[in-house]
Amino acid sequence: MEIYVLLGFVLILSIYLGLELISKVPSTLHTPLMSGANAISGIALVGALVLNSDTHLQEILALLAITFASINVFGGYLVTNRMLKMFKKK
Amino acid sequence: MNFIENISAFQNIIYIVSSILFITGIKMLGKEDTAVKGNFLSALAMFTAVAITLIDIVNPLLVIIGISIGAVIGSLIALKVKMTSIPEMVALFNGFGGLATFFIAWSEFYSIPDNTFQYVLVMITTYIGGVTFSGSIIAYGKLSEKLKIQKTSLITKFLTTIFYASLIYLLYAVFISKIFVPSFDFYTILLILTLLGGIGFVIPIGGGDMPVVISLLNSFSGIAAAFAGLLLLNNVLIVAGSLVGASGLILTIIMAKAMNRSIGNILFVGYASSSSGNKSEETGEVKPISVSDAYLILENSSSVLIIPGYGMAVAQAQHVVRELGELLEANGTEVKYGIHPVAGRMPGHMNVLLAEANVPYDVLVEPDDVNPTMDTVDVAVVIGANDVVNPSATEEPGSPIYGMPIIEVHNARTVFVLKRSMSSGFAGVQNPLFFKENTRMLFGDAKDSIGGLVSEFKD
Repeated sequence: MEIYVLLGFVLILSIYLGLELISKVPSTLHTPLMSGANAISGIALVGALVLNSDTHLQEILALLAITFASINVFGGYLVTNRMLKMFKKK
Repeated sequence: MNFIENISAFQNIIYIVSSILFITGIKMLGKEDTAVKGNFLSALAMFTAVAITLIDIVNPLLVIIGISIGAVIGSLIALKVKMTSIPEMVALFNGFGGLATFFIAWSEFYSIPDNTFQYVLVMITTYIGGVTFSGSIIAYGKLSEKLKIQKTSLITKFLTTIFYASLIYLLYAVFISKIFVPSFDFYTILLILTLLGGIGFVIPIGGGDMPVVISLLNSFSGIAAAFAGLLLLNNVLIVAGSLVGASGLILTIIMAKAMNRSIGNILFVGYASSSSGNKSEETGEVKPISVSDAYLILENSSSVLIIPGYGMAVAQAQHVVRELGELLEANGTEVKYGIHPVAGRMPGHMNVLLAEANVPYDVLVEPDDVNPTMDTVDVAVVIGANDVVNPSATEEPGSPIYGMPIIEVHNARTVFVLKRSMSSGFAGVQNPLFFKENTRMLFGDAKDSIGGLVSEFKD
């Protein structure tokens, strides 16, 4: 049980940190921030990598989780980069 | 300490490094000058976390196949997609992230130890992941205009009901199913209800409210990843997921504020029922103007403000708009673009479109910057925007959009409104701007009208 209290602590602090870090974002960056954050949510890939595959179903689920998280990671970062490259100053 | 423990300790240390990179990355992503670098840092963080996890996996073949397929599909989509399709692309990728956590939770359901906390986490992670997935797919359908469904149709009402039912079922799964173990396969039912519930959650929400929904789903995908981190006792998932959850939440709040509505009102009520129905009848008539007359006025003005809206995206007019802007500047006119935070279908939609058309971002201004000096603007050109320039928001306390911050173009010396017809905007509210003394209507397709102005300038 203790470990959950500890990890819950990490969760709360991280959310608070995130809110503080990004609170003033210029509207130019709303889309890239969203798309970049979206790529970060592909961190689920790390979770997918450590899944058990004891049964056949679990094997399939792990494969699907890895595949979709990878699409999210690769697609997310590339599209964000493409977008940011377009933003130019005068 | 044996060898296995060593590996796990080493991984955890690297996860800390990766978390710091994520934090720095997302911080830099929030500032124009450092955004590209920030995205790179966050990609580096991702690479580090994944690489260090790979040193200790059970089934390498499975991993190689999964990552390869994902890399190819993801890269292809990202490099092929047109910049105008960015909103739906973000929605789609977001859905895939949610789907991955949905599968993680599903798989964990079969290997959870007899631990109540973990059991509850599996249920909640399944739900958030699943709703993020199916909700994002519906958002994708709406944004790409592949899905057209009436808010009042029977199927919408049915699915909305399923959404509420799925919430109740989740409560059942969390609180009751562990104590009174049901004889039926309740988890499979949760899986199905979750996916249907996500559809029911997004389907009644209209196009103009999409910026809020997209931001919220973005937040959900992060929270789902963070919960998966709790489930798998993995720090980096918790930190990275929370950052996404926070950034999505901030965007959601910014969007809701820009509409002066509560998030609950946007998600569960919508405009139709919030309108009190005491619409004031408009007096006066609209004054149309021809392209050549508009040209004469523009040619003699010294400052022009362009206000784009969803109509510009639909007409794909951003390139001609940029051309017009450049011609005006060559003519000695000061040109600025007034961007309302909720113009378009996603946060920052107009900014991306104009950036694609090579408009530098420092001539884009926000409502607060431009409203105080609006009376010095000679011509405000409204291109396919409606609700975000509706003066009812400031003048008419009975209006459903009263209180919403707008770009106050009616205070400019002259206003050109480019519009297909006299239909009202997304909010269904009549726009008194069209009847104002200083407003001229330029009817027709925005791309054609602007194109006409451009060729007048070139002659």
